[in-house]
Order: sequence, then structure tokens, then C-alpha cells
Amino acid sequence: MRIDKDLVAASATPLVLGILVEGESYGYAIGKRVHELSQGRLAWTDGMLYPLLHRLERLGYVSASWQVSEQGRRRKHYAITGSGRAALGEQQRQWTVVNETLDRLWRGGQAPAGVFGGA
Amino acid sequence: MTTDLDQQIGLWRGHVERRRAISARDVDEMEAHLRDQVNDLLAVGLDDDEAFLVAVKRLGNLDAVSQEFAHEHTERLWKQLVTSEEAAPRPSPDLWVAIALAIGAAVVVRLAIALLSPERVALNASVLVLPFVTGYFAYKRRPSGVTVAAVAAAYAGSALVLNLYPFEVDGSTIVIAAGHAAAALWLLGVGVAYAGGRWRSHRRRMDFIRFTGEIIVYYALLALGGGVLVALCAGAFAAADITIDDILAETVLPCGAAGAVVVAAWLVEAKQSVIENIAPVLTKVFTPLTVVMLTAVAAAFIASPDVLEVDRSLLLVMDLILVLVVGLVLYALSARDRSEPPGLFDALQLGLIVLALLVDALVAVAMVGRVAEWGWSANKATALGLNVVLLVNLVWSAWLSWGFLRHRRGITALERWQTSYLTGYAAWAVGVTLVVPPLFGFA
Repeated sequence: MRIDKDLVAASATPLVLGILVEGESYGYAIGKRVHELSQGRLAWTDGMLYPLLHRLERLGYVSASWQVSEQGRRRKHYAITGSGRAALGEQQRQWTVVNETLDRLWRGGQAPAGVFGGA
Repeated sequence: MTTDLDQQIGLWRGHVERRRAISARDVDEMEAHLRDQVNDLLAVGLDDDEAFLVAVKRLGNLDAVSQEFAHEHTERLWKQLVTSEEAAPRPSPDLWVAIALAIGAAVVVRLAIALLSPERVALNASVLVLPFVTGYFAYKRRPSGVTVAAVAAAYAGSALVLNLYPFEVDGSTIVIAAGHAAAALWLLGVGVAYAGGRWRSHRRRMDFIRFTGEIIVYYALLALGGGVLVALCAGAFAAADITIDDILAETVLPCGAAGAVVVAAWLVEAKQSVIENIAPVLTKVFTPLTVVMLTAVAAAFIASPDVLEVDRSLLLVMDLILVLVVGLVLYALSARDRSEPPGLFDALQLGLIVLALLVDALVAVAMVGRVAEWGWSANKATALGLNVVLLVNLVWSAWLSWGFLRHRRGITALERWQTSYLTGYAAWAVGVTLVVPPLFGFA
């Protein structure tokens, strides 16, 4: 299954912020974690992650610092900030509403399966 | 990892670095990603070439990625626009438009000199020249009809006010009005056109601040070159016993000065990468020097306070110093890499602001007592008002900058404050142009 690219883009911010709540991380590890969490079904273009991270940094949702790994590799690490947590909370509320609405609709069987299953 | 792979990654790096919307630091970050990915792929049994190809493929289409970067870092956006990889080096029509507009500005100024008194020409200088710069950006940005109408109205309104007010020719309100009208038109005419009508956008405003700083540098360079050329020319003719002073004073200098504004605007747009390396250097050089200068001034004022009581022009000098400090802050801010953490230079800049505030406080205390004694004049009222406008900016900037140094706040807060404050400058300039001359009887 391929997830629509608009949906991937919309879910990217809460995903990244949610992963950073688990602890400080860097681009490659964040990408891997998404892969793991979605069991490979959410396909990201890896390169797109970085402009997104920079946007979150500009908005003050994450803070960044350069660190050197044990193998001597310089990596930019990202950590979530207070306002990042607040933004994540807000996103969670919004996604919950969307989820619940769709869930109610689809479980209730009010829509014929063909509308969304056929195409 | 083998040397062969290192070589391949090196080649990839070079290829990515050519995308100028992606900075070297961004490439560092992506290279680390690439190497992590390659290592993981090697670990599951792929060979070097395969691992590299898969890793590069997963990073995605470079065009799309670099467009995303350019989108996020609009200050780099122009690079994306001017350096599409296959673009052939053919002369762009922009140059011809700029040259035509520069000639237009020169002709209008020459006509004004022929028809009007020198004072009138000086008073109307901004109304005569700035429309051509505005026109260039109207051509480049294609703003909406509403924006064009609003900008045209600003110029028409200024022309009416400047020429209908019954100024005394050798008074001081005429100078004040001319200067403040120019500042107002720079922001409301050129600025709005530069932003393509999106003048509310903080990013566009920051771009305009950067543009203003850069056009000053270019204009200074052009003026220097032009000055040398004119002096040589005058010298050559003088040696041949031909006097051309009138031609120089009435045609060459004013027309050159007017045309150079348009040319400088074009240069900033077209040759941005040249100056981009100069702007941060200039700030880094002049911020410490200004700190030294202000320390000396503050020490002198404290050591002999009676200096403060003598000189009435001190207030004006103080305003100029504050303008310089605000300019340095803006320039540093506009050239700053947003992702860099606070460092020594930011501390130095806070020191600069605090010193300027200290010197200004010393002068203000001395002045307040004196103003009553001298009475109010247009110059003093304007200078004092401008001082307050700049002071408010710097006090709050110092506070925000302090927060940034203590990691309490991002640099964005300071940026937003400065870009928001542009509206304050515009309001102040319009207000002074309209109110001060009648208030002081156009003297």
C-alpha cells in the first residue's frame, strides 16, 4: 500500500515531534524509527526530512546541536522544546478528531464500501 | 568504508553543493545520513556500489529536495532561481529594463534641475528618483493592481504635500520634510514593491532589510568609483584649460547619482552572491569597532560632563550613532545563519546595544534640562522624537537578545521585532513629514 503524499506530508510533523518526545535524535535515526513504527508502510523521501526539521527549528519546536558520534561522525541532533510539546499536543487533538470522525463513519457502515474501497 | 566509496560520496557531495539552496552545513547533515544508510546496507550484505546507489536513491530527487530547502530558507531562494543548472549565460532582459529606468531617472532629474530651483530639486529628490527603483521591482515582482495603485498613491501624496506646503526656502522644516519623505517612500514605495505587495510577511520584510543594507554597500562603491572618474575628468579638462564645472555640477553628478540608485538596486538583485560574502564581514568588522568608539565616547562624557552642555548638535550626532547601531543590528541579523547557536558575536552585539543605550541616556539627561532653556525648534523636536523611536527599538532588542543569549528564546523573536518595527519607522516618517512643518510654521 502506498500512502498518499499529502497524507504523508500532513502526518510528518506530529510523527517527528512524537519521536523526539521519546528522546533527542538525529535525521537518520528519526527516519528509521518511522520505518519501524509504520512497519515500512509509510515511505518517506529521506531528503525531505531535513527541510522539515529546519522548519520545526525555525518555529522553535525543536532545538538543534552538532554532536560527534563514537565513530567520529558529525551529526546534527534535535531535541523537542516546550513549545514543540505544546504544538504536538495540539496536533494530537486534531488528529484524534479526524481519526474518530472517520472511524465512526466507517465502522457505522454509513458509507457504501465502494466509495472509498473501489478506486 | 572503502576509499572508493569515499570517493563516490565526495562526488555526490560536490553535486549536491552545486545546489545553492542547500548550504554546506545542510550537506554535512545529509552526508552523515547517507553514510549511516550505506553502513546499514553494507551490514545486510549489499556491496559498496549497491549500498551507495540505494542510499542516494532513498534521499530522493535532488531537485525536489533542494526546492524544499529553498522554500524553507527563503533567503536562499534567489539562488535556486538564478542557478537552474542548465541555464545558459545569456544576457537577461532585467539588465535592459534597469538601464532604461536608470536613464529615465537621470533624465527626470536633469529636467527638474533645468526647471526648478535647487532647493525644490533637493526637496523632491526622493519623489523624482525612487519611482524608478519602485518601477524596477514592479517589473520584477508583478504585484497586484491594488498594490501598484497604493504605491502610486504614496508617491502622488508625497509630491503634493512636499510641493503644496509653503516652506521657507532656507528654513529647517524643508530639510526635515525632504529627509522624512524619502525615508517614508523608501519603505512604503520601494519596500512594498520589493515585497511584491506582501508587505505583511516577516520574511519579505527581512529580505527588504537585507536589500537595504546591500544597496547601501553597492551605492557607496558606485559613488566612490564615479567620484574618482569625475575628478579625473575634471582634472584632464582643467589641464587643457577647459572649464566643465557647470556640466559636472548640473548634469553629470546629479544624473549619475540618480541613475546609480537604480543600477545599485539591479546589482543587489543580480549579483547577490558577491555581496553576500561582504555583508557578514562588514558587520563583523564594524561591530567591535563601534563598541570601541562608543566606549571612548561614554568615557569622555563621564570624565567631562560639561562637554554635554555646550554642543547643541549633540542630539543629532546621538541619533546618527543610534541609527548606526540599529543598522549594525539589522545587518548582522539579516546576514545571520538562523540555525547557529548564540555565540561570542551575539554577546558583543548585546554589548554594543547596551553601550549605545548608556551613551544615549547620558546625552538625554543633559539635554532634557537644556531643551527648556533653548526652547523647542523643529530640529530639536524631530531629533528628540527620532531618539525615542530608536531607543524603544534598542531597549526591546537588548531584552530579546539577552533572552537569546541565555537560550530562553530563539533568534526569530529578535527578527520579528525588527521586521514589525519597520511599520513604526514608516509611521514616524510619514507623521513627521505631515505634522512637523505646519507645527513650526514651515520655518
